[in-house]
Amino acid sequence: MPTETDKRFLDYAPAPESTSILHLQKSYGLFIDGSFVKGHGKSFSTISPATEQKIAEVSNANAKDVDAAVAAARRAYERTWSKLSGADRGKYLFRIARLVQERARELAVAESLDNGKPIKEARDVDVPLVAAWFFYYAGWADKLDYAGLGPNPKALGVAAQVIPWNFPLLMLAWKIAPALAAGNTVVIKPAETTPLSALIFAEILQQAELPDGVVNIITGAGETGSLLVNHPDVNKVAFTGSTAVGRAIAKSTAGTGKKLTLELGGKAANIVFDDAPMDQAIEGIVNGIFFNQGHVCCAGSRLLVQENVADEVVDRLKQRLSTLRLGDPLDKNTDIGAINSREQLDRIRELSDIGEAEGAERWTAPCEIPAKGFWFAPTIFTGVETSHRIAREEVFGPVLSVLTFRTPAEAIAKANNTPYGLSAGIWSDKGSKILAVADKLRAGVVWANTFNQFDPASPFGGYKESGYGREGGRHGLAAYLKSGVLSSAGSAPAITKGATGAAGATALVPAKPRSPQGRGRTK
Amino acid sequence: MTQSRLAVPKTYKLYIGGTFPRSESGRVYEVATSKGAFLANAAQASRKDARDAVVAARAAQPGWAGATAYNRGQILYRIAELLEGRRAQFVEEIRATEGVSAASARSQVDAAIDVWVWYAGWADKYLQAAGNGNPVSGPYFNISTPEPTGVVAIVAPQQQSLLGLVSVLAPVILSGNTAVLIASEKAPLSAISLTEVLATSDVPGGVVNVLTGSAAEIAPWLASHADVNALDLTGAEALDWVELQIAAAETLKRVLPPESGVPAPSLDRITFFTETKTVWHTKALI
Amino acid sequence: MTIDHAVALAPAQRATTLIGGDLTEKSLRLHLEGLPGVDAVGLEARAASLGTRSIKTTSKAWALDTIISLIDLTTLEGADTAGKVQSLVAKALTPDASDPSTPRVAAVCVYGDMVPAAVAALGSSHGLDSSPGGVNVAAVATAFPSGRASLAVKLADTKDAVDAGANEIDMVIDRGAFLSGHYGTVFDQIVAVKEACRRSDGTYAHLKVILETGELTTYDNVRRASWLAILAGGDFIKTSTGKVAPAATLPVTLLMLQVVNDWHRLTGEKIGVKPAGGIRTSKDAIKYLVTVAETVGEEWLQPHLFRFGASSLLNDVLLQRQKLTTGHYSGPDYVTMD
Repeated sequence: MPTETDKRFLDYAPAPESTSILHLQKSYGLFIDGSFVKGHGKSFSTISPATEQKIAEVSNANAKDVDAAVAAARRAYERTWSKLSGADRGKYLFRIARLVQERARELAVAESLDNGKPIKEARDVDVPLVAAWFFYYAGWADKLDYAGLGPNPKALGVAAQVIPWNFPLLMLAWKIAPALAAGNTVVIKPAETTPLSALIFAEILQQAELPDGVVNIITGAGETGSLLVNHPDVNKVAFTGSTAVGRAIAKSTAGTGKKLTLELGGKAANIVFDDAPMDQAIEGIVNGIFFNQGHVCCAGSRLLVQENVADEVVDRLKQRLSTLRLGDPLDKNTDIGAINSREQLDRIRELSDIGEAEGAERWTAPCEIPAKGFWFAPTIFTGVETSHRIAREEVFGPVLSVLTFRTPAEAIAKANNTPYGLSAGIWSDKGSKILAVADKLRAGVVWANTFNQFDPASPFGGYKESGYGREGGRHGLAAYLKSGVLSSAGSAPAITKGATGAAGATALVPAKPRSPQGRGRTK
Repeated sequence: MTQSRLAVPKTYKLYIGGTFPRSESGRVYEVATSKGAFLANAAQASRKDARDAVVAARAAQPGWAGATAYNRGQILYRIAELLEGRRAQFVEEIRATEGVSAASARSQVDAAIDVWVWYAGWADKYLQAAGNGNPVSGPYFNISTPEPTGVVAIVAPQQQSLLGLVSVLAPVILSGNTAVLIASEKAPLSAISLTEVLATSDVPGGVVNVLTGSAAEIAPWLASHADVNALDLTGAEALDWVELQIAAAETLKRVLPPESGVPAPSLDRITFFTETKTVWHTKALI
Repeated sequence: MTIDHAVALAPAQRATTLIGGDLTEKSLRLHLEGLPGVDAVGLEARAASLGTRSIKTTSKAWALDTIISLIDLTTLEGADTAGKVQSLVAKALTPDASDPSTPRVAAVCVYGDMVPAAVAALGSSHGLDSSPGGVNVAAVATAFPSGRASLAVKLADTKDAVDAGANEIDMVIDRGAFLSGHYGTVFDQIVAVKEACRRSDGTYAHLKVILETGELTTYDNVRRASWLAILAGGDFIKTSTGKVAPAATLPVTLLMLQVVNDWHRLTGEKIGVKPAGGIRTSKDAIKYLVTVAETVGEEWLQPHLFRFGASSLLNDVLLQRQKLTTGHYSGPDYVTMD
């Protein structure tokens, strides 16, 4: 039996995932027109946020590079991709899905290294979902007639896509898979701090022999993204990131005819009723805000707990947090990885200090913080009120704000009292209550007795300032297809005498007006 | 011809919250026949009228969305019945303001009623066409359904004042949205007559609010209004509509850009003003 | 024993303290049915997540030794004989003939009428607490495994085993009574069996209460039965007889540990947990250790608070242990039969 001088069992021995599976290059170019080319902007480094060590040098796409990428995508669209059958587009997507599965371990390690998330999550959640996303949309490519947009919907052309750093490869899959299935070509810009998995993915595209220019991956920072979404030869813009930038893109694309979908921030309410399955609710709260270090747009960052069980829930939460392990993302037992960047860490710290200043009570899980790297221990604020900034502003870190409510109606009102509307959680053993509450929540994704579930078959997206458009499922195709009926012929009924039914708008326009008649007042 | 009887001219007012107020600004503007002869003084809505209309629309929205789809469909169908009964009135107004022939006006009224009936039938069906269950990989019941986005501000088409209006209004309200609609500036009378129909139907006050006047003046206030969820710029081609879209982007409104002419009836026009909600629920036997 | 209207239940201190003085079938039922529900999907997901812990090197070595020291080495066959029991005891005392550093198991678990044979075979090594390297004798009782016999028979079964020297009694609850809602009956039987564990010197044999989770089926039932067993005076709650499938599973054990955790937070008292049946590999057993440590705390990883009811598990652990020592994979010829 262990003596007191022995190390505790719970301090599990290191179980590192090896990085030897990676074959990293010292520097990476831009992936344009099927090959890697040097970028013309000032190159930058990508580092591991856990150690602050440099991983590789990355190209920076300037205006010239963006032009080249868009031109490549346009050529590929006109000459190749739009001429392929849906079945063939599907076959490329199936190939990509299979290659992702084959290189899954490598991709997971790269993601964990570059992003800072635990290898356990990259391996068990991110990468499997990436493969699943490509697999799912591969099958849609030749079935677009059934997508719900009428017969024979058409692709939009070239899609400009800008993705965030929190789920780098998964967000890439969410963007590329439906776009290609629908027949578009793509220029995509990974986030500045997390380009690595996208660059390895480019190698996979080469292995899949995807025709040149169908997907172009250009690394860079905010400037590159701005050049891309504002490029005149782009038909569609898809952006996932902060509400502030989303707003700016909505403004800059106004009137350009570009279709736009946005997936922005959130401040989701996780509602725990007194009749919740309590142990699972605790897991759900933890999963909701501490999964991926809280870098999740749909994170359950506001716990709305029924007042009569609030103390018990907070006590249990604190006990549960005592076994969360913070540390080396590449250790298989790590639960909480590194914060993605110094900037993000500063922001989390700033907002947490504000929370304290506002009068909320701050509790931090006891965690050993490594000397190097960017880290923030899981933190709970209790005594949070709806008027506090930490109840309204997105922290995007492992910080939970706890508020209480008395009745289901009050829970709903508090949950909806925000400009955001991305997601919500409901915990109760009573099905009728769950369904009624779900009805009333103004959120695009509602999880009942679970949280942070994602699936390529399930549409994801927000209400209000969390954005518009859906990713995943049949609904996810709509963003990348011309909804043919909205401005042209469609399923118009045979309405006027002599009109030819489904002939379209012209059937409803009366004959050219003849010369005006009479005067006088109407009756 | 015998001498015509002295007519009792109608006062054309706004329609807000189920009532017919004049503009709070007291302003009116002249509506003329296509030949330029005086037809009527229509209320010229101000930004405060627009503000009040949004308040009324928001207040009415939960109740309207909370009615059963069947109920909404029936109410809309009844409106078609009333329109049918008032055909003559509409035909007269169209002839006067648009300067078209009687046959053309009748044709427009026919089309408008039929479009209305078509949309009425969608109230309890669009959810089935646009929603579905999702086969997720796990023990979860997962379903995506569209629900109304809330309050929609609409700039109605400028020509074909009745058909154009019906083609933008019906798809918005059938799902449970409420509307603040700016009627065609030159030909607002059909819109006001339609509101008389609404007032005598079972549609609750505030579900439809109609403003007459200058779209250029009013639309920016609606576009920037934080309590408006979506903006239908179908009839805004002649306005500085890009500025409107930019203003709307401040609160991430869903914006439908202009199109020329009268839009065709479509399911897309209904679903554009809905939000898709996906609900996951654990499923377990033990 | 219990009838339609409320009847007062036999005295059990934990229950009367928690529920209140007027302990009846009805008040017991209200308490049990008022416990929080269990969402199966969430429970199973948490168990699966605990199963992804990677226990390597020093942690693994410690885990393997700990597992051995927590095993109730078991034989429960109709064909058991004194000879079989002697062989089992020898294995319990010397798990790995080639490695004397191997710890001993916690107990041997046999049918009540085999207790004398086990006690005789253990000799001076009988008793986990009485001597260093001592091993307990646990006896199944109360008409194990079905429990379908009169209370008198079940109590006599228990008393015989205790008199013969059993340190621990593994009883079964009356599942028929439980599933038909007669919680009072189940409660009363446990109280009576606990009393039958009393020795002439006033000490008690430790009572493990087998819930037979495979027959209770739902997690809500397991939660209620766990609470019931604790309230009625059990020292351990045990998942299964091993004679019904499914026997022990990680989610069910996690659930029972959560109840034990709740009881500890409420009263400060520590109850033991024993998963039994179906745990055959070290890999699986390690998952249970992780689950214990991360749910109630690693102080539960000692024989007074946690046991594995197993037979073939021991040899798999020994094979793993040999690999850690020698560096190469081992084989069945290098571990002994029991």
